[in-house]
Amino acid sequence: MKLNERSLAFYATCDAPVDNAGFLYKKGGRHATYHRRWFVLRGNMLFYFEDPASREPVGVIILEGCTVELVEAAEFAFAVRFAGARARTYVLAAESQAAMEGWVKALSRASFDYLRLVVRELEQQLAAMQAGGCPPPPRRPRAILPKENGCAVWSAELPATPPVSNTDARPGPELPLLPPRQQTSVPSRPLDTASFAQLHERYGQEIRALRGKWLKSQARP
Amino acid sequence: MRYNEKQLQALSRQPAEMAAELGMRGPKKGSVVKRRLVKLVVNFLFYFRTDEAEPIGALVLEHCRVNREEPSGFSITFVEDTERKYHFQCCSENQCQEWIEALRRASYEFMRRSLVFYRNEIQKMTGKDPLEQFGISEETRFQLSSLKA
Repeated sequence: MKLNERSLAFYATCDAPVDNAGFLYKKGGRHATYHRRWFVLRGNMLFYFEDPASREPVGVIILEGCTVELVEAAEFAFAVRFAGARARTYVLAAESQAAMEGWVKALSRASFDYLRLVVRELEQQLAAMQAGGCPPPPRRPRAILPKENGCAVWSAELPATPPVSNTDARPGPELPLLPPRQQTSVPSRPLDTASFAQLHERYGQEIRALRGKWLKSQARP
Repeated sequence: MRYNEKQLQALSRQPAEMAAELGMRGPKKGSVVKRRLVKLVVNFLFYFRTDEAEPIGALVLEHCRVNREEPSGFSITFVEDTERKYHFQCCSENQCQEWIEALRRASYEFMRRSLVFYRNEIQKMTGKDPLEQFGISEETRFQLSSLKA
């Protein structure tokens, strides 16, 4: 399958703050040897480089649909698994307990789906608040000129209007930002039926369970 | 660059935000318009030959621009090379507008900015951080810039 690799490499190495970064040992696909690589998590993609100064990633693990669990392959090891018989499982190992926990947490919540659920939840909360008789402060839609590489969000001022995305300058839309999900042409997704709270609780349970298991394994003499 | 292609193929079979047969022309000089099934799933735009089940390719939609191209079409360019345009041809004004809006919102970075925006708005109205109940308020990826008071 073709992929816009040049753009992907650019996204991997741009200046914006990353969601997590650090050295991890990655178990080779065919052989049992671990390679130490510099990992960078950005959005729902986990890039890995030879070292922090590399200009281009060796590879990327697209995290959509993955689960993360602790494994006993090595100390501080965890696995990124995908459903499906032929999907490859990635075994990674951190260099400390804290690093491992940080990575497991970050990777478990890295999916676009998860983020979208959080955003929808907040969107609904805000809409409910505004409908509940609390008039929103008057806002004039104001064009926001995005900086070239879209990385401005971290260093730019907080926009006074909903963010304008991937576009030439034009006035931002009023709430709600996300289009209503009643398009008849799109099949409804199973995730729609689970509430955000349920899904978040499930993620939280998984993490607590993993942590419990790890602590128990550490308690052995 | 290595990537988990099987997983990407599986992703291309997930329910889509948008899916339609469109005319598509690649960025290379001299490329012609071909009919493709184009499918938007999270921040990936997959394109298939109309009679095949596996996508020919995918565009990762981070740091891209979606521009109107007359008539009834749009193009996607990426920040590092704005001369390379992927052209798409829709069959109506409406369809074109729908796609442009969907694609402009289809990046992880846009979602993140939306989250930060809503979080801030709710905090302004209630004095409380809405992410606290979900236990994710400390995550760096959801923080406002250092300009936050």
